[in-house]
Amino acid sequence: MSQSLDAYLLLAAGLFAIGTFGFLAKRNAIAMLMSIELMLNAVNLAIVAFALFTPSLGAQGSVIALFVMAVAAAEATVGLAIVIAIYRNRRTPLVDEYASMRE
Amino acid sequence: MSLPETMPYTGWRWDDLVFLALAGVMLGSALLVVLSRNIIRSGLFMVLSFLGLAGIYALAGSPIVAAAQVLVYIGAISVLILFAVMLTQSKAGPAALVFQRQAWIAAIASVVLLGLIGASILLTEFPAAEALPTVHETREVAFLIFDANVFAFEVVSLLLLAAVVGGIFIARRDESADEEGA
Repeated sequence: MSQSLDAYLLLAAGLFAIGTFGFLAKRNAIAMLMSIELMLNAVNLAIVAFALFTPSLGAQGSVIALFVMAVAAAEATVGLAIVIAIYRNRRTPLVDEYASMRE
Repeated sequence: MSLPETMPYTGWRWDDLVFLALAGVMLGSALLVVLSRNIIRSGLFMVLSFLGLAGIYALAGSPIVAAAQVLVYIGAISVLILFAVMLTQSKAGPAALVFQRQAWIAAIASVVLLGLIGASILLTEFPAAEALPTVHETREVAFLIFDANVFAFEVVSLLLLAAVVGGIFIARRDESADEEGA
């Protein structure tokens, strides 16, 4: 089972679907960011799995996964900074109360 | 004394057992991240989920990615998220309502998404799927990052610097506004 590409890809799909649900269903902005991290991890797992089963790719898959991690860290930094800045103005981390742009 | 080639009674390979255990830990704690009502608990389950994923990377023959997963995700991003949780949680908000009203539609959508991706995975014949997995040498990865792809490496370091400076600028307390408020 650990020798088949399908098992890794199905695992990544499951993790991505869980992240999607969390992003759509949670009210807390930070919980939504956590769900985005889960989805990024799922994609990274798919990259590593494809690299594992493509011998001509060599170690390039690990390099791509490391670059994705670095960009994900940058995304988390800016995302959390934005959430903290909004919290300072609105005094709530709940996204459905950020309705001022709709009115 | 060494372990037998397969597990007694069931005939499973040991790799499969480790893979299933890590996958169960990862998916189970990821579910608890999105279903938990307490956001601190969500963050701690996220750490457990990342740890399971690091184990899967190690099993998949990418030890350097597993180490980076532990360092970057567990060491940095999780701590950052837990700090942000402590900075932004107030008792005033109704803690009971952690889900949006359309949560059940979101559940249906994500199950449909899982079905679509799963069907496309199972229906596709991957040409290299039969190849034996290979373990990547860390030395080879280092050569690729610091020699063949050194330009991309420098671009990523610049991106991280810009993100950190931008994050500080956005989250910084506005001192003129503070003086007006005080």
